[in-house]
Amino acid sequence: MTDAAGAGAGRDSDGPGLAMPVDAAPPGARAGRKRGERGGPNLAMALPALAMFGGFALAPMVLVFVLGFTQWSGLGKPVWTGLSNWHEAVHDPVTQGAGWLTLKLMITSWLVQTPICLLLGVFIAGRQRYRSVLAVIYFVPLLLSTVAIGITFRALLDPNFGVSAAPSLAFLAHDWLGDEDLAFYSIVAVVSWQFIPFHTLLYQAGVRQIPRIIYEAAIVDGAGRLAMFWYITLPQLRYTIVTSSMLILVGSLTYFDLVYVMTGGGPGFATRLLPLDMFLSAFSRREMGRASAIASLLVGGGLLLSLVLVRFSGFARMRSQQEGL
Amino acid sequence: MRNWLRVVFRFNILGAAAGVFWLVVVVLPLYWIVITSLRSREGFFEAQPLDLPSPVTFDNYRHVLEGGYFNYLTNSVVVTAVTVGLTLLISVPAAHAIVHSPSRILRLSFQLFLLGLAIPLQATIIPVYLIISELGVYDTLWALVLPGIAFAIPLTIVILVNFLRDIPRELYEAMRIDGASHWRMLLHLTLPLSRPAIVTVMVYDALNVWNGFLFPLILTQSPSSRVLPLGVWSFQGEFNIDVPTVLAYVVMSTIPIVALYTVGRRYLVSGLTAGFGK
Repeated sequence: MTDAAGAGAGRDSDGPGLAMPVDAAPPGARAGRKRGERGGPNLAMALPALAMFGGFALAPMVLVFVLGFTQWSGLGKPVWTGLSNWHEAVHDPVTQGAGWLTLKLMITSWLVQTPICLLLGVFIAGRQRYRSVLAVIYFVPLLLSTVAIGITFRALLDPNFGVSAAPSLAFLAHDWLGDEDLAFYSIVAVVSWQFIPFHTLLYQAGVRQIPRIIYEAAIVDGAGRLAMFWYITLPQLRYTIVTSSMLILVGSLTYFDLVYVMTGGGPGFATRLLPLDMFLSAFSRREMGRASAIASLLVGGGLLLSLVLVRFSGFARMRSQQEGL
Repeated sequence: MRNWLRVVFRFNILGAAAGVFWLVVVVLPLYWIVITSLRSREGFFEAQPLDLPSPVTFDNYRHVLEGGYFNYLTNSVVVTAVTVGLTLLISVPAAHAIVHSPSRILRLSFQLFLLGLAIPLQATIIPVYLIISELGVYDTLWALVLPGIAFAIPLTIVILVNFLRDIPRELYEAMRIDGASHWRMLLHLTLPLSRPAIVTVMVYDALNVWNGFLFPLILTQSPSSRVLPLGVWSFQGEFNIDVPTVLAYVVMSTIPIVALYTVGRRYLVSGLTAGFGK
């Protein structure tokens, strides 16, 4: 790391024009050492990161939108077909169903995860040693890959050999993934199992940053625990709640792998979420154009969601929270 | 009634109950994975799922080790190390530049990286597939490294930038007066002072790359460029009904990352605090 950073020294950018992340070309190595150092670090420092992000994340984002107007099987050249993909995607009952299901997943998993994470996060933010131990254990599901989690729960939720076969857990004996009504909620439960730990840690970190003075002042004023939670902890956690909610909601647009491994979208279309619908259109039916249109909807949805959240939460004014202390 | 409520909140009984409940929810499946992976195939069909296995067998693990495990492990290690290494190599200077430059373009680029956090990047898999094919790296480890870096950059830079902002400006001012260039400041100030943040993003990026499934599934094909998650997946395709062996594979694919977690755990939470603010 040290060597490479050293080797980059002495490079200078060609000015603002190069900063656009258009392609992955390396920055031109020029001798002008002195220039640019007076006003601050030069653009060359940020250029490789911008180029990589531009080439493999931003460019695909634009491309996915363009490909939505074409017909393409993955081989050969895409053929321009105008709006037909969009028209078909929006009117396809399967895709429509997937869209509603994705929305339902978003709302359900937010409603399930946020209260639990808040409760757990506040709890393990306490300084007692056993609570730190709990935090360590809570984190473990984050270490498992989604594939591992999917395979595990598919076996665990099997009606014949998983939890259903345990006499002590008879109340859990159901065909969790085979029943059209249950399968969706089973997915929500597994998603929660996977991601609650992360959000819990976010809340824990957030609670620990709340200045103690505020609580001390409240105790002096005779406030109870519930009042302190309601009037101090919750408002102080406002930005953590926004961050966590944003990650949960946008994350709901990406649960492809878990569903793919656990149910493949079934039974019937009961768990066919939009990302899975996109994936199956693209790589099973080889309809890349149609799939790109669906993918654009996902990108657009995520973007819209983030903008709305940022706008209405004052997230952009994040730094001013401790004013007056 | 009100007194009763007061007792509940005084000791945070609600929190404690949730804490214990969640402990059971987390531990039970993990326990089940481990004990089941130690069962024989017949034992799996006959035993109560939560009983300890008798007799304990390590045959499943032997099958896993004979099933190409070490090749996939090597691939996973290479892809993770190269991706995370290169990500940090380009992200640390970028974060430094973003924090210390008055340039509007750089400030704008930070907004771009923030945007990368807010949209489901996985939805761009089709063009990524197109680009990787055009570059001629399809079905090589580079096919995983290149987009892996791009997708790791937003979170890496956002966490680093938030951390670097808190390093006192006076330190940099002092170096500037001594005539140091920004590359020198990067090397002698930013790097040593931001170590906790660097370790944090290292662990997070490594986790994401190690456990990634979408890129390997779509951008690689042959067993020679297969990484562990895809190994687990194809293994369970072959040994579908042999649940204990598949779970042994699950355990074996997770062990390396558990080792990494044990080493980097201390930094994880502190970095999270720095990265996301509150």
